[in-house]
Amino acid sequence: MNPAAGQAPQVSLHGITKRYPGVLANDDISLAFHGGEVHALLGENGAGKSTLIGILAGMQQPDDGHIEIAGKRVRITSPRESLRLRIGTVFQHVLLVNSLTVIENLMLGGAWWQKHDRKSALGRFHEISELLGVEIDPDVPIGRLSLGQQQQVEIIRALWHGGNVLVLDEPTSMLTPQGVEELGAVMRRLSGQGVAIIFVTHKLREAYAFGDRISVLRQGQLAGDIPPERLQALGEEEATNEIIRLMFRAAGEVAGADAETMVREGHGRRARADFDRSGKDAITLNHVVTRAEPGECALADISFSVKPGEVFGIAGVDGNGQKHLAEVLAGQRPALSGAIEVNGTVAAHSGVPARRRLGVRYITDERLGEGTVAGHSVATNLVLKEIGAPPFWRDGVTLWRRIFSHARQVIETHDIRTPSEHTLLGRLSGGNIQKVLLAREISADSSVVIFNKPTYGLDLQNTRLARERIIKAAEQGIATIVISTELDELIELCDRIGVMFGGEMAGIVDNQANAEAQIGRLMTGAKAA
Amino acid sequence: MGGLFTETFVASLLFGAVTVGIPLLLAGLGEQISEKSGVLNIGIEGMMLIGAYGGFVAAYYTGSFWLGFLAGGISGMVVASLMVLFCVILSMNQIVIGIALTIGAEGLTALLHHFQFSRSYPRLSEAPSLDIPGLNDIPVIGPAFFERHPLVYLSILLVVFVAWLFRRTHIGLNLQAAGDNPAALDAAGVDVKLTRAGAVLTTGMLAGIGGAFMANVGAGIFVPFMIHGAGFIGIVLAMLARGNPYWVLLGAALFGASLALTTALQVAGLNIPTDVVQMLPFAMVIVVLVLFARHSYLPPSLALPYHRGER
Repeated sequence: MNPAAGQAPQVSLHGITKRYPGVLANDDISLAFHGGEVHALLGENGAGKSTLIGILAGMQQPDDGHIEIAGKRVRITSPRESLRLRIGTVFQHVLLVNSLTVIENLMLGGAWWQKHDRKSALGRFHEISELLGVEIDPDVPIGRLSLGQQQQVEIIRALWHGGNVLVLDEPTSMLTPQGVEELGAVMRRLSGQGVAIIFVTHKLREAYAFGDRISVLRQGQLAGDIPPERLQALGEEEATNEIIRLMFRAAGEVAGADAETMVREGHGRRARADFDRSGKDAITLNHVVTRAEPGECALADISFSVKPGEVFGIAGVDGNGQKHLAEVLAGQRPALSGAIEVNGTVAAHSGVPARRRLGVRYITDERLGEGTVAGHSVATNLVLKEIGAPPFWRDGVTLWRRIFSHARQVIETHDIRTPSEHTLLGRLSGGNIQKVLLAREISADSSVVIFNKPTYGLDLQNTRLARERIIKAAEQGIATIVISTELDELIELCDRIGVMFGGEMAGIVDNQANAEAQIGRLMTGAKAA
Repeated sequence: MGGLFTETFVASLLFGAVTVGIPLLLAGLGEQISEKSGVLNIGIEGMMLIGAYGGFVAAYYTGSFWLGFLAGGISGMVVASLMVLFCVILSMNQIVIGIALTIGAEGLTALLHHFQFSRSYPRLSEAPSLDIPGLNDIPVIGPAFFERHPLVYLSILLVVFVAWLFRRTHIGLNLQAAGDNPAALDAAGVDVKLTRAGAVLTTGMLAGIGGAFMANVGAGIFVPFMIHGAGFIGIVLAMLARGNPYWVLLGAALFGASLALTTALQVAGLNIPTDVVQMLPFAMVIVVLVLFARHSYLPPSLALPYHRGER
């Protein structure tokens, strides 16, 4: 099973400590990574995984502790040094140059005084892609590949110089279910070749499915380690319990129990919502079409309607028109033709303020892009869409005291973890930024709320909180639209699920027992039966 | 044919277009290299001006045009090294520093010129030309293109060289990556700051040589403020060329011709008010911008300083 198990580890960390102002990101972490082993590094957001990866990749220096590679003490002072030590890293955010082709990206990093050697690069490319079992056209610009393919290119690059160690930082967060499966196959093939794989994730199920060994980080410390022998000895049930215990131990028994339920319910289905199915539609889209733009999938004839209290899911592989749909709903993008009605009022050409007056709220997937302003305080971000309007502004004058007291109240009620309301939003964690967004967008006067990938990049606890918020919104009688690429999430939350393919609604499925199979078929472009 | 398209007019237009176009070409190519790597080099106007002054002084005292260009290139690089220090190493705002360098260069050269030459404007002898045998006998075209200073031919060859550099070498890939996604370049083990520093210094050198060409070959004298927007036109050319050096060449020819129109129309003795004639090139600039600005492409990380993995 593990050809190299028992031998000296490829990489070992000894007492790695890294401090940032106000945060102890890594606290005395010692770990060993063996060849031929997929070592899952599991932890919540902010547990210190990314810092540890940054240190291995030479992006950051530890304040204390040292690293050994094949028993020899090394200092990884730069990314180049990391590559030279045969550590290949695939970062969470794709680090490729969009305007260069696949093969050009792979040739990056050669000595600058040399001409680049396309021919031998192509040879190496085919060699590695065969090893991984992937097929990619080397002459396509990176910007035209799907995220899954881009990640495959990253893996190829990480192995380009004969990597012994492959570090994958949250590799599944951008992938479709099929993409995750393919990635799993790639990892197994590579570890079979003796490569040490460090698989960083916050998804428990993936850590268990792909990891030969699981280490859990919590609040910058190593909370525990499950070696391969133990992992095999334990059944899935016991292993899961063990991991949960490691992940949430400090939070006390209650949180542990919470976490357990939440993981158990991962595959569950929400009890059928109790909304008036014969009632009037809260929002209706009639044959909505948007203008095609280069590189984006436009809407080609989308029709559906959502009733108050209903949760309507939008499934589909990313890039099949979800972005345009969200923007059209929010009023950020005009519809070329077709009509949108909100509570009986036609709203086809109105912008964001008009849409908000109708009670439409949009929770974007670009939390730090179009959702919030990282350089503004939490307080300002909470009133971002009401700038100039009472009660926070009067005659064009900002009433800071009201904004701050409003913020303090919201921070309290929504449990936003921030040092103060004056803290810059960009300093908060992803989960807390999402809480700010949710607090701002869901209020008493909202009637339609659109959630775009509401749990993307969030850890377990925040994922659960966000999902609870969605269900609560629906229970308050809000027509809720959830756009997500995670099928499990939609199955868990929604009453009906529409599947988008190529800018069209391939079909709308009632969320019943066999929904998954139907949706899966529709996602690939097959028409509804 | 009426008065306009006489042989004198066309000959004067083409000759002038090359004279004016070569500095624009050098500036545009330089700026293109800089912008590709993610540095918006607004200081290029100042680099050209210092290059013009340094190049003129060197040529004036040594009597050698080549030493003049060498001095011009070095002077440009000195200014560029300030840009490297402030913008690349210290990550300061590229636009602020660029404007500061340009204004500083204007003041400095005016001051130096005053100390050196007081109020006199000494003139250089006419630039020696390298005649291409056979081709220089062609009427109109010959004198305009094939009886020029060797730097003219070198500049055209430079376009081909830069195009090759961009397409076929690691330097080309590194520059493109530094401007598109510097973090990717860093992760590939290439020093982003070093790449950008090299690009900016090259820009300084090319701009300085272009300035020296303007002073020594184009005008034959140095006058304070003589660059007169050529560097800024270079920035425009780089932005419109979408990373392709041949488009810089085309643009430089176009702008060169329209700038040369002023002189050519006066030579042709056309009865148009001088003010209108002098306005033409700028009208041309506006028209070209309106027509093509939509197609301009800027690297995503242009004008953004790069910091590695901070949180």
